[in-house]
Amino acid sequence: MITVKKLVKRFGLKAILRGVDFEVQPGEFVALLGPNGAGKTTFLRILASLSRPSLGEVNVAGFRLPNEAAAVRSRLGVVSHLPLLYGDLSAEENLRFYGRMYGIPGLEGRITEVLEMVGLDLRRRDLVRTFSRGMQQRLAIGRAVLHDPDVMLFDEPYTGLDQDASSMLDEVLKTVAARGRTVVMTSHDLARAEDLATRFDILSRGVISASTSRAELQGSNLLTFYKEALAG
Amino acid sequence: MESKPLTLKILDVVAILVLIAATYMALNAPTERVMGEVQKVFYFHIGTAWTALLGFILAGLFSVVYLVTKDLKWDRYQVAAIEVSLVFFLITIVLGSIWARPAWNTWWTWDPRLTTAAVTELIYVAYFMLRQGIDDPDRRARFGAVYALVGGLSAPITFFAIRLFRTIHPVVIGGSNAEAEGGFSMSADMRTAFFFALFAFTIIFIDLFWNRIRLGDLQDKVEQLKLKVTM
Amino acid sequence: MTDPFETVIEETTGRAKISTRPRATFFKAVSAVVWKDLQAEFRSRELFSAMLVFSLLIILIFNFALELDIKTRQSVTAGVLWATFAFAGTLGLNRSMAIEKDRGCMDGLLLAPVDRSAIYFGKVISNLAFMLIVELIVLPVYSVLYNTNLFQPGLLLVILLGSIGYVGVGTLLSAMAVQTRTRDILLPILLFPVVIPVLLAAVKASSGFLTGADISEVMLPINLLIAYDVIFIAVAFMVFDSVVEE
Repeated sequence: MITVKKLVKRFGLKAILRGVDFEVQPGEFVALLGPNGAGKTTFLRILASLSRPSLGEVNVAGFRLPNEAAAVRSRLGVVSHLPLLYGDLSAEENLRFYGRMYGIPGLEGRITEVLEMVGLDLRRRDLVRTFSRGMQQRLAIGRAVLHDPDVMLFDEPYTGLDQDASSMLDEVLKTVAARGRTVVMTSHDLARAEDLATRFDILSRGVISASTSRAELQGSNLLTFYKEALAG
Repeated sequence: MESKPLTLKILDVVAILVLIAATYMALNAPTERVMGEVQKVFYFHIGTAWTALLGFILAGLFSVVYLVTKDLKWDRYQVAAIEVSLVFFLITIVLGSIWARPAWNTWWTWDPRLTTAAVTELIYVAYFMLRQGIDDPDRRARFGAVYALVGGLSAPITFFAIRLFRTIHPVVIGGSNAEAEGGFSMSADMRTAFFFALFAFTIIFIDLFWNRIRLGDLQDKVEQLKLKVTM
Repeated sequence: MTDPFETVIEETTGRAKISTRPRATFFKAVSAVVWKDLQAEFRSRELFSAMLVFSLLIILIFNFALELDIKTRQSVTAGVLWATFAFAGTLGLNRSMAIEKDRGCMDGLLLAPVDRSAIYFGKVISNLAFMLIVELIVLPVYSVLYNTNLFQPGLLLVILLGSIGYVGVGTLLSAMAVQTRTRDILLPILLFPVVIPVLLAAVKASSGFLTGADISEVMLPINLLIAYDVIFIAVAFMVFDSVVEE
């Protein structure tokens, strides 16, 4: 579903990503971990077609980035730590806008379904600026699944959420992932990542330095694995 | 660290020589009947205007080339062209002022040429201010190219617009167009001085332009080395 | 929690079954952006009130700054109006882009499978709408304050053409300015030198219409406005990609 070969990303003279090799099979849920500044957000932005690779090959959902970016976008759902929502519009108006931009047929019905899925049906007419951070994040996920994407990218979705909100987000994420979608999620929260993902990759100093699956990790702790990977 | 290429060193010397020669020729050219000595400013005024214009056109072209090729060297060329052009437009404006004062008893005429030069200066300054607010070199180059393109199209339109519409201020039409339309007729000697000045300033432009590009390259190298040291 | 797409998967054989995904047409995307901007602005009225109040304040300042006896007023009206529009316009342009940038919404727009120029046109149209609304309120206010009739079809045409040029270039430049550190102060510095032809032609044409000049005098600046609008919107259309993409 996602194939990345020797990806290099430079900002001017500084190389943030230095030859990343990354492959995700359809239906996998990959947690991308790593210290701050490792380049996780940069990497995700490239997968999301928001940033161009300096060198290397990136293929998402069978299409080549950046050339075939337009085709990729309709199959991609992205949730970042910024809400990407318009505060002056209501929940349903936000979804309606994005729905139109994606050309979704049967939009009104789809909006209702999505709002129900993320548990915001009762607040559909309320303006987004009245929402708590947790609610905004849930709506953001709703926006991301509106067009039924094959691939979902989450960049630090738990940032700024309290316990309750995080639990709710867990539920939503599980539902979203359960549909056979391919998911890549970056996170600082190892416990949650351990709970949700089937595979764990560590991005350190611009390359994927270690990778393990849930099966391999059995018995051992993700935290231990993570620390070892970074020390090595 | 490479030292200056020999050609460039020679060009430096040639540029200085040519400037001295042009000054000599200008000062020794026959004095114009009506305006007197101050008319001689004219030789340099046109020379610098020509250089500035050259830089302006090149900057516009470099914009297009950069946007098409995305090769950062065109961005360096553009910065060099605009810097040189900025300085020479400034000199042109100052010389124009010096000429205007004794000739028409005013420091500034709102004629199309001078005004457009001033507007272009403002566009250049805005260009550098835009670049200063951006850290990422690629984005800086892209935005610079876009703005230079927009400015490059707008300035000529400004020139024509002023020429067509500005009848409110008393424009010394006869005087300001004199340069181009040969309102004061030039004797053969004057013409030689004039064309030599144009030639001299073209050499000076190439010399400064090349030097500035070289400076940009060296700056880049320093940045690269700095990065290596910190890593 | 039920998943809205449960039914879809049962009907089909696999996940990536549809080879062509629904895509919004260019026109639909543009109108979605315009509608979104108008809707949001209607709720908050931030942009609109700021621009309007600023315009009225500028007119007030001009009143005190220039000694406007009846005769001078005639020759100066066009200039005062356009100076007002030029300054107040930057507020709207700045704010419009800042809204997109601040909550990461620009990314949201860029993620949509639409041509980037659709975003440009959408923004131009909504910015134009705001500007025209403000202008259409300023006109009667000025008319009342100075007892001149400004509602002439010719003048309205000039205002339309001039605003199009201003907003066309302004939207492109504000997309750049909003991504720099110096953001708000930068837009007027970038915009004004480049938009001078619009001001020149608009003032000339407006003056012409207000003083009842000959139609031939007015046609020239109007043609220039049209030419400017076409050239710069075409250029902006072509380079907008480079300005918003990374």
